[in-house]
This record gives sequence, structure tokens and C-alpha cells, in this order.
Amino acid sequence: MSFLNFAWDWLKAPAQWHGSDSIPIRILQHLGYSGLSLLVAAAIAIPLGVLVGHTGRGSYLVVNLANIWRAIPTLGFLILMVVLIGFSILTWLVPLVVLAIPPILVNTYEGVAGVDADLKDAAYGMGMTQWQVVRKVELPLATPLIVLGLRTAAIFVIATATIAAEIALGGLGRYIIDGLASNDYAEVAGGAVVIVVLALLVQLLFVGVRRLVVPAGLRKQARASR
Amino acid sequence: MVWSWIPQNWSLIWQYTLDNLLLGLIPPLIGLAVSLPLGIACVRWRLLYPPALGLASAIYALPSLALFVVLIDYTGLGNLTVIIPLALFSLCILLPAVVDGLRGVPEPVRQAATAMGYGELRRLATVELPLAIPVVNAGLRIAVVSSISLASVGQLIGVSSLGYFFIDGFQRDFPTEIYVSIALIILLALLCDLVLVGAGRLLTPWQRSRTRTSPRPAIAPEVWPGQA
Repeated sequence: MSFLNFAWDWLKAPAQWHGSDSIPIRILQHLGYSGLSLLVAAAIAIPLGVLVGHTGRGSYLVVNLANIWRAIPTLGFLILMVVLIGFSILTWLVPLVVLAIPPILVNTYEGVAGVDADLKDAAYGMGMTQWQVVRKVELPLATPLIVLGLRTAAIFVIATATIAAEIALGGLGRYIIDGLASNDYAEVAGGAVVIVVLALLVQLLFVGVRRLVVPAGLRKQARASR
Repeated sequence: MVWSWIPQNWSLIWQYTLDNLLLGLIPPLIGLAVSLPLGIACVRWRLLYPPALGLASAIYALPSLALFVVLIDYTGLGNLTVIIPLALFSLCILLPAVVDGLRGVPEPVRQAATAMGYGELRRLATVELPLAIPVVNAGLRIAVVSSISLASVGQLIGVSSLGYFFIDGFQRDFPTEIYVSIALIILLALLCDLVLVGAGRLLTPWQRSRTRTSPRPAIAPEVWPGQA
């Protein structure tokens, strides 16, 4: 278990907890990059997914684009951005957003398109307008899948932000890339432990978010069908 | 784009393409070999599935680079250090696929097999597993495509793949290398995907007459992969 020994020795050193290179700062940076990318991606993908799911137009394109997206090598994408446009906020934001859009888009689309046609008919029959059907019927019913899409995108973004340390982005990946470069395995191990813990905590957060935003009726239904 | 770079470095490109292909194919195969018995067990003993799925989705959430460097201490800087994490990710994708595929076998079909005198094992091997192929294959396609693309991250710890050209092109500020390697990885992934689609068709001849009526992907959206 020398890995954990390395990590522990590095983690308990006071140098890791003070200054601009300290763990709390790096965590904040990492969450900042990830959160911003996720927000931008959601702002694009959720409306688009609702539109495609509601109208049914472009659904073939959405599903197939999502399949190709999976093949894009993230490290190559990041490095290409640096070589082409140099280092600015766009260098990392564009790849992170582009890679986070597909899971949110596909899940939103699936969620909205999967709403029972009878339910929509009933809503129209009650006199709801198209916009009301989207807002009061389709969106609430799609929330479990939308949250799942956001969760998957978050996994993606946190992992890619780690790799982005290779192109001189801050965040927790710095410890791994810098440690590898200077043959300091303690730093690499410590950094890996912090990233693993952060990734798991974010997953837990999404379990909580799901509880908060999924309508109570849907939760009851899910329990009954189990 | 300097086109002459490609023929000049042909043998190197070929070698790294093969490396990348192996790193992309071995992990999903290991994942499949583990997820089949595990998935069967999870369907047989229902209580096993929630904890297994929970563990799988927790592993799936971990960044590949972090897993690579954790393993360096145990497996060194060799191919295994990349293969093990990618095999784990593949397992995380394939386990729900196997379980969903087996659970999707209609109950009347199961009962018909039993009524024809099939024992449990024979029913599993000749009825349930073949019927689960489309869903399992959909999972396998995702695992292979993501592994091929993820294998290039292994270059950061020196395990060779087409990712070599990212780093080399970066250090020499030579975009051609990066274009070519990204294109090759995407091409390789799509090619393997096509092969799997073909293999899936061959293995499920009874589906051919039905495929046209259901264009929706067979895989549940919950397993949409997002690993980097």
C-alpha cells in the first residue's frame, strides 16, 4: 500500500494547505471550470433537447451525432485548441462545453420524447397551450433523465478538466501532470486521491439534486413500480 | 496541414495505430468476460444488483488519468496500467447492458422454453443470452468506441498509442500530427463500431425482419457514457 503512504505523506504536509498552489484553491479552480462548462452546456443542450423532443424534428441527427461525439479524443481536442488559438478561456471552455452537450442533449430529448402521448392529449384536452404542455407536463416528466444527463456530463467535464492540466490549465490535474514531470510520485498520488474524492462527492451531490428536483408524484410512481 | 508528413512517417503511424487498436479492444473484451457471469448472477440473485450497479457507477465517475496514476505504483508504466482502468469502465457500461438484456427477455418466451423441457442452464445459453445480444452489443459498441478514444490519454503516462502524436505535435507546435491522429482515432472507433454492428446482425438473424420497424437505439439512455 505504498501508494496510500505516498498520498498520505503528501496530503498531511502543511505546504499543501496554504498558498496559491494549495489543495483548497485547486479544488475551487477545478469546480469553477467544471461548473461553468456544465452551466453553458446545459443552457444550450436543455432547450435544444426540449425542442427536438417536443417537435420530433432532428431526432435522428441528435442520436447519431451523440454517437460520433463519443469517439472524439479529449486530450487531442484540448491540445489542438492550444496549437490553433493559443491559451485563453476559450481554449478549455470550448472543448469542455462541446463534450458536455451530448449527454445532456440526448437525455433531455429522450425524456421529452418519451412522454406518454395520452398524457399530452389529456393536457391539450384540459385546454393547455403548447407552451403550457411543455412547461407543466413534458419538462417535469423528463426531469429524472435530464438530471441523469447532467450527472453524466459532470463526470465527463471533471475528468476532462483533469486532463486539461496538460495544456497548462489550473485545477487538480496540475498535481498529477506536475508530479509526473518532476518524478514526484507523492504529489501524483496525493493529487489522484483528491480528484477521486471530489469526483465521488459530486456524484453524491447529484443523487441529492435528483431528490430535490424530481416531482414528488414521479418519485412515488418509481417506488410503486419497483 | 503538411500532407507529406503522412507518407514520411508511415511506419510510425501504423505502429501507433495498432497499439491504439489493441488498447481499445482488449479492455472491452475483459469487461465482457467479467460482466457476463456477473450480470447473470445479478439477474438470478436480485439483491446483488443494486450494490453492484452502485459500485460500477462510482468507478465510472473516476477520471481515467487519476486511475492510471494510482496503478503506476502496482503495474508500472506498462500497457496494463491503461488496460485495467479501461476494462473497469467497460465493465461499468456492460454490466447494466447484460442485466437489462436478460431482463428484457419476455416472460412467455421463458415459459415456453421451460415448457419444452429446457433446464435452467440450457434455457440461459440457447434462449435468454441470444435474445439479450442486441442490448449487450449496444453496450459493447459504447465500450469499444470510448476505450479507443480514451486509450490516447495513456500517453500522458507514456503508454504508447496515437496519443503520441498529440504530445509530439504539441511540443513541436506542428498541428498536422494532431489533425492526423485525431482523425485516425475517430476513424478507428467508427470502423470498430461498424464491425460490431455487422457482427450483431449476423448473430441475430431473427431480428433482420424487425429492425426496420424500431429505429430507436436498443440501449437505455441511462447508460449514456461520459468518461474522459
